[in-house]
Amino acid sequence: MSSVHTLPRPNFLVSLSIIDWLYTALLWSGALYAFNQYGQYMDSYEKSFLFGFAAIFSVMGWLWKPLRILIVTTVVTSLLAILDYHSDLGRAQHAFFLKYLFASQSAIMWMSTLFVLATLTYWLALVTRSKFAGVVASGLTWSAVAMGIIGLLVRWYESYLISPDVGHIPISNLYEVFVLFSIITALLYLYYEARYANRTLGAFVLPVITAAVGFLLWYAFDRHAQNIQPLVPALQSYWMKLHVPANFIGYGSFSLAAMVAVAWLLASRGILASRLPSLDVLDDLMYKSISVGFGFFTIATILGALWAAEAWGGYWSWDPKETWALIVWLNYAAWLHIRLVKGLRGAFLAWWAVIGLFVTVFAFLGVNMFLSGLHSYGTL
Amino acid sequence: MRFAISLFSLLAIASVIGTVLKQNQPYADYVIKFGQYWFTAFKWLGLFDVYHTWWFVTILAFLVISTSTCIYRNLPAMLRDMRNFREQATEQSLRHFHHQAEFSTQGNPLPLLKEYLAHQGFQYRERIQGDSVLLAGKKGSFNRLGYMFTHGAIVMICLGGLIDGNLPLQFEQAFGLKHIETRDIPVSQVPAISRLSVNNLSFRGNVTLPEGSSADVVFLNVGDGYLVQELPFRVGLKKFHIEHYSTGQPKAFASEIQVFDKGSDQPVMTRTITVNHPLIYKGIAIYQSSFGDGGTHFKLKAWDLSKNQATWLPFAGSVHDQSPLDVDGQHLSVEFGDFHPFNIQDAGMSTPSKTSFGGNAVADHKNLRNEGPSFEYKLRTPDGQAREYSNFMLPILIDGRWFMVSGMRTMPNQPYHYLRMPLDPQFTLDGFMRLRAAMLTPSLYPEIAKRFAQSVLPHDINAQQQLIRSTVKELTLFSKDGYSGLSDFIEHNIPANQRDQAAQAYLKILELSAWQAYLITQTQAGQILPKMDDATGWFLRDSLNAINDSLYYGAPVYLQLSSFDQVQSSGLQLTRSPGKNIVFFGSFLLVLGVFTMFFVQERRLWLLLKPGHLLFAMSANRVTLDFETEFTQRCEHLADLIKES
Ligand code: HEM
Repeated sequence: MSSVHTLPRPNFLVSLSIIDWLYTALLWSGALYAFNQYGQYMDSYEKSFLFGFAAIFSVMGWLWKPLRILIVTTVVTSLLAILDYHSDLGRAQHAFFLKYLFASQSAIMWMSTLFVLATLTYWLALVTRSKFAGVVASGLTWSAVAMGIIGLLVRWYESYLISPDVGHIPISNLYEVFVLFSIITALLYLYYEARYANRTLGAFVLPVITAAVGFLLWYAFDRHAQNIQPLVPALQSYWMKLHVPANFIGYGSFSLAAMVAVAWLLASRGILASRLPSLDVLDDLMYKSISVGFGFFTIATILGALWAAEAWGGYWSWDPKETWALIVWLNYAAWLHIRLVKGLRGAFLAWWAVIGLFVTVFAFLGVNMFLSGLHSYGTL
Repeated sequence: MRFAISLFSLLAIASVIGTVLKQNQPYADYVIKFGQYWFTAFKWLGLFDVYHTWWFVTILAFLVISTSTCIYRNLPAMLRDMRNFREQATEQSLRHFHHQAEFSTQGNPLPLLKEYLAHQGFQYRERIQGDSVLLAGKKGSFNRLGYMFTHGAIVMICLGGLIDGNLPLQFEQAFGLKHIETRDIPVSQVPAISRLSVNNLSFRGNVTLPEGSSADVVFLNVGDGYLVQELPFRVGLKKFHIEHYSTGQPKAFASEIQVFDKGSDQPVMTRTITVNHPLIYKGIAIYQSSFGDGGTHFKLKAWDLSKNQATWLPFAGSVHDQSPLDVDGQHLSVEFGDFHPFNIQDAGMSTPSKTSFGGNAVADHKNLRNEGPSFEYKLRTPDGQAREYSNFMLPILIDGRWFMVSGMRTMPNQPYHYLRMPLDPQFTLDGFMRLRAAMLTPSLYPEIAKRFAQSVLPHDINAQQQLIRSTVKELTLFSKDGYSGLSDFIEHNIPANQRDQAAQAYLKILELSAWQAYLITQTQAGQILPKMDDATGWFLRDSLNAINDSLYYGAPVYLQLSSFDQVQSSGLQLTRSPGKNIVFFGSFLLVLGVFTMFFVQERRLWLLLKPGHLLFAMSANRVTLDFETEFTQRCEHLADLIKES
């Protein structure tokens, strides 16, 4: 046999290791167990979601190995936390593990704390060029993500404990969605961090997450937004479960791209240039991030249209939220055209990516704050 | 290309205008907001309905045209290119590639090179020319399909959207073939020029159906009026259901609807539609979109507050309707507003927990209480003045005592002032109403005063006479202006340093007189005589307060709801949108296209093998960092393979 066959193969199924398959087996046996136990309460959508997720997370775990650990840890911890409830919500106030670690609100507070620490540590690493601080910063980010996921999973369960008719997936109001945003943005960043083997960009990306966390805390303490509220009829739809996460992959990617653009702009003026990756790498990362974001944002907008067709009687109503989604989409479509068709690179596109973040934030928050419309998931 | 970007920008700007300026509001609102001048200017520009103006549609049309021509220009070349292996490339041209490398070889690496290409997922062509062999490989060519899918999708989505837009209607309006109806008249009187035929390709209209009624038209809101759209069937509402969570938030809206074919009394189908679960019949989708009151019927007691008697008349009315009411020689009109079958109040704020840890993701709803039904009405006098009232049907517990509560306000958007009338031990209003009547009947004052004076000064006849006089005076003052009558009197007649004391004494006299009046009225009504205890004491004080407040109630009548027969209505939206499937198919293509374009990498490579020599060149439609890395890797692979052969 010639050495050709020892080369990395484009066909990656063959390249999977034992651990990959073990992980997959674990995931599917979990799904099958859940199906066995609760299958009779599920409708066909829920069944396909269950197995769909098993499939998606299998593949994602194969593509990006650390995800396997994250998924297994968070799911197992959440299950333990759920068992610790003994079907009694009151235990969140006095059972030690729930009160201080894994009750949804506690876990989300941990997530917030860890993200802030991670931000500081990334800066420390950047300034002192310390490899070790960089590793710690990554560890903190991973832990924050894990806590956030546990918080959401446990919150999901808590909502059912309040009352079965109140129970719903925790991505239905501004508070929950900010947690989701923090998690997704951090995960996207961690992926690129591993892919480019470079930890310096954390100092740029994490501040966005910290800002989100700051908003989250203000929203919780000032407005008591952390309370689980039942779903209004318009939100009781399967489309929501797909539409919202897809949107936040988009928002997360765009934010990431904007912060990379900030790094690019600094580096191009010689600021921190010796510590940051080369301009080419930053540019490449910015482009990749925007194209991933654009892809998912496209899906999200289309899912929104499908949902609107079912809930409001029309796939497009020029509702302010919809319209701003279109504006965001057009903005990045134009960005991509300039880059791909004109082949333009450099400061102009970097500035544009930064401005894009403001457009995105307005679509995400500003519309809820300043414009009224049909979108009912969160007003400030 | 620059044109395309300009179109993107124009569209985005127009869209921003449309979101900042609230669309499709009543014209009157805009006039108030901007003044007549700007209103006219904005109306001319179509800013109140941006997305349906001719200029917005024109931008969209340009977008379609520009994208189509782009496809038309690029498609043939791209298709050719996709299939082409470019095996005609000459050594000369390969050497001009930016990404090329040369290797010297021993032996014959050709089989290994072929194996390599196949293993790495390349398709290739082989061309032999003299002693040289050219392997031209490519993969990921369908990246180009991504371009066609995305741009084709944009064209499809825009066209689908145009089909569902109201372009034909705009033309008909522009040429005077259709005319917007602005009058509030019965459907049957709407002239043909404001009606759209059953064959109208696409529409989106609304109709509100009270329970038990049906309709075969819907209304399209256009500008400051409406058009009537005929339906190919008749839709009726049997029953509307609304479910609530324990916190009072709505949980589900559901309409039990029946569909009848034209001219038939037998429903073709009976279905329940809810938000997110429409019904589709004959290509028309029927959605649950809103709900309201369809004319709930009230049976009421109209307590006459003008005469000093505790009497009421039976009265009736329905929501959003008016009923005439004659009280005290006045012709009043009662205009009934909304009816709320229940009112969830958060009695006592839930104390926010101090700690951030612990499961406080759960709101504390222990203090929620349902205060029962309430209804609103306006009482209009013949001169057109009106006050608004909001009355609760059931007694409400306040500070441990039960009251009937009625809110009053003179201006909309103000908070209500509440009149709280205490209930007697039989849990009715009669005790209070009788007491009120007695306290406002001057002919009874000497009797009340006499009894009161005798009870406090049984032996001193002279002092009794004195007290009777002053009590009658006080009762008269109170009946005219309530407490403020008394305080005015004190202010004018009593030296400042004695006023507090005097006020205490006056209150005491008022309360004890009320007690005597209560005894008298209860005896007259044949009720058991009340005992003077705490509860009675509170009843008297609450009654006095309510009598005082009733002097400012502004109505000669209090309407007490004794029963109701709820009729709800459901707002349905009916749409026909033939473009929908085109749009959805386009959307599917768009996603497919975007992902293909971004995530399928096109690669071409050439291996030109001559005796002892290999020329390697590589290209892609987009040179990225990944491409650079891949090129370096492939060079290493090739070097290894050559060594091996
Ligand atoms: C919204 C409507 C769109 C319009 C009006 C539009 C228009 C155009 C035009 C005019 C060109 C230049 C064609 C030429 O060479 O003459 C072009 C090229 C291109 N567009 Fe779009 N486009 C649209 C949407 C998109 C979208 C959503 C994408 C995906 C991200 C996209 C990706 C591209 C690419 C990659 C090219 C370059 C194709 C090539 O030459 O390789 N376009 N577009």
